[in-house]
Amino acid sequence: MTTLTPVLTDTWDAEKSWSLDTYLAKGHGYEALRKALTMAPADIVTEVKTAGLRGRGGAGFPTGLKWSFLPPDDGLPRYLVVNADESEPGTCKDIPLLMASPQHLVEGVAITSFAINCHHAFIYVRGEVLHVYRRLLQAVQEAYDAGYLGKNVLGSGFDLDVTVHAGAGAYICGEETALLDSLEGRRGQPRLKPPFPAVEGLYARPTVVNNVESIASVPSIIRNGASWFASMGTERSQGMGLFSLSGHVTRPGQYEAPLGITLRELLDMAGGIREGHELKFWTPGGSSTPMFDASQLDVPLDYESVGAAKSMLGTRALQIFDETTCVVRATSRWMDFYAHESCGKCTPCREGTFWLKQILARVEAGGGVDEDIDTMVDLCGNILGRAFCALGDGATSPVTSSIQLFRDEYQAHIDHHACPFDPVKSALFEYTPKSRTGALAGAATLGGH
Amino acid sequence: MTYDAETLTSLKTDAAAIVARYPDARSGLLPMLHLVQSVDGYVTPDGIRFCAQELGLTPAEVSAVATFYTQYKRHPNGKYTVGVCTNTLCAVMGGDAIFDELSEHLGVGHDETTPDGAITLERVECNAACDYAPVMMVNWEFFDNQTPESATAVVDDLTAGKPVRPTRGAESVCSFKAMSRVLAGFPDGRADEGGVAGAPTLAGLKLAREHGWTAPAPLAEAAGEATASDATPATGDHGSSAERKPTTPGDAGQGGEKK
Ligand SMILES: Cc1cc2nc3c(=O)[nH]c(=O)nc-3n(C[C@H](O)[C@H](O)[C@H](O)COP(=O)(O)O)c2cc1C
Ligand code: SF4
Ligand code: FES
Repeated sequence: MTTLTPVLTDTWDAEKSWSLDTYLAKGHGYEALRKALTMAPADIVTEVKTAGLRGRGGAGFPTGLKWSFLPPDDGLPRYLVVNADESEPGTCKDIPLLMASPQHLVEGVAITSFAINCHHAFIYVRGEVLHVYRRLLQAVQEAYDAGYLGKNVLGSGFDLDVTVHAGAGAYICGEETALLDSLEGRRGQPRLKPPFPAVEGLYARPTVVNNVESIASVPSIIRNGASWFASMGTERSQGMGLFSLSGHVTRPGQYEAPLGITLRELLDMAGGIREGHELKFWTPGGSSTPMFDASQLDVPLDYESVGAAKSMLGTRALQIFDETTCVVRATSRWMDFYAHESCGKCTPCREGTFWLKQILARVEAGGGVDEDIDTMVDLCGNILGRAFCALGDGATSPVTSSIQLFRDEYQAHIDHHACPFDPVKSALFEYTPKSRTGALAGAATLGGH
Repeated sequence: MTYDAETLTSLKTDAAAIVARYPDARSGLLPMLHLVQSVDGYVTPDGIRFCAQELGLTPAEVSAVATFYTQYKRHPNGKYTVGVCTNTLCAVMGGDAIFDELSEHLGVGHDETTPDGAITLERVECNAACDYAPVMMVNWEFFDNQTPESATAVVDDLTAGKPVRPTRGAESVCSFKAMSRVLAGFPDGRADEGGVAGAPTLAGLKLAREHGWTAPAPLAEAAGEATASDATPATGDHGSSAERKPTTPGDAGQGGEKK
């Protein structure tokens, strides 16, 4: 049996868990930074490489390897940018981490900056989480005041400034190159790669972009050693990670476990599907990862196994839906999201999400025609692999996977000219659906965004 | 620009503080737009000209940025932005019903403001709180696990000018302008208020505590002064899934690669 392994979550139940004092008293706070400052920067990179830490922001790229891609130091600035934009539907791990223990990240930023010789790091946090932004600003200030940031960090001669930057509402700014454009004060639109950020990133200088959880995991690796980290998880998906359960489960929330745990095990811990219901479909890593049904309950949630099962581990955002949920409604709503968030830079995604949204809305409302299903599959084929960035690819995942698993359900909407599901049954409370007149008119099909 | 001298002076002081945070001034544009909203309540033509002037950009360049991001408002915003998450997960769990209830109750639709200027109602996208679904945000503070009744009570209090407390956030919701000032990077001293982790945030940790589950103890060679004498189980068996037997076809395919 796999059990939970609280590392990042370990201080979250402490009083004032977000304060530096608590982090120092309960979280081995800044022990790792002290150790790192005695190491050669290259050895820190090697340690993280050996640990097998892979990016926790979705793509799973080896973190230490990414750092080692920076060109040789030319004495000019190089940057660390932390991606705290967390907006992938279902993903809800970085925001609670930053609310509960932002110092994990700040210490990770200090260590990583030292390792790559960066003297100015940025934390880009989505603008829609006011209290989290307050906590981050305060955490950075506390670290400055205690000498962990600023000039001559802990007397080491190493200087580091950290700027916490609030975005302004745009999912695409989570894509690393769009994030960099946004951080430079522009519209957040992806850049052509190559050059990769490691070579030309922020202000066209070598830049490492990493997810919050990736960087927050670094102190534990430095403190406890690479083999400690690698002793958790599987051979190629090492370490612990936050698994976020949401939806129709008895105890939704954050479960920090070794990679390779299964949904069956996690559901056991979370009290199972809500009482009287059964699992219908779920996403392993957010809405952009192809959905699964009950037959994947035992797939180990590591990069390789989820990939072999034709989806992606993504952000371990396990959104769970029971049999009361209409998969067409779910997919249609996700498509509203992608159409709204498409940055408009490339045609396949801009046009494709727009048309998918129209078709899904009409199928959901009972106005679909027989060809609609194949048209959607076709449209997805024209987006996947042809979009400029992964947003477009991701937008096709819920459509193609739901049609594969639940084609009959789409057909039933078309045949009966109506949605066969009662939305009241999937809600957590009783209510009487409103007739859509006045201000509500149109809201059902347009998604409103 | 029609700012009075005093407003302009303080705007300029704040803009300079923003620009000083970055190696390149233009990086200050997003916070500066939040700053403008903290004074004007939305991104006004004056605000656009102000940012342009401070950063040496054209008003068109600033507008192009401002219109890209949903948090920048092009019309006067209500004192409170009430956003109901209607992305799939929240929508299914009840977010749609909550939005409909509020819309009917307030008599406004998405992105519309009540005639008294108190509330701008919005459908919002996933706000990284899905484990607390259905979620509502008021001036981007969390109102978790909402129902149509709880959400209606919140907007009624907001309309009546009563203080309203988020479920995970500061002790009370501040105004749209005050919020915008924080987002511009000027702390309001409220970071220590409230914001205690809710049950979902602690769900896994609580279970681990109940069962005595921990991460493996640091290995002796790497751990420095840390001791491996904790009651923690030895690495590699307990707390690790690495030794699992393959149980599914997907598993078997990868199983050989596992330790
Ligand atoms: C549309 C889109 C949105 C993304 N959003 C995020 C995000 O919010 N946070 C994040 O860390 N990575 C996000 N990513 C992935 C980043 O591009 C990048 O891979 C990641 O920040 C790298 O960090 P890591 O290697 O530590 O995972 C997103 C990617 C895409 C295509
Ligand atoms: S795929 Fe979509 S989000 Fe990405 S560049 Fe193209 S239009 Fe923009
Ligand atoms: S879907 Fe509503 S917070 Fe994620």
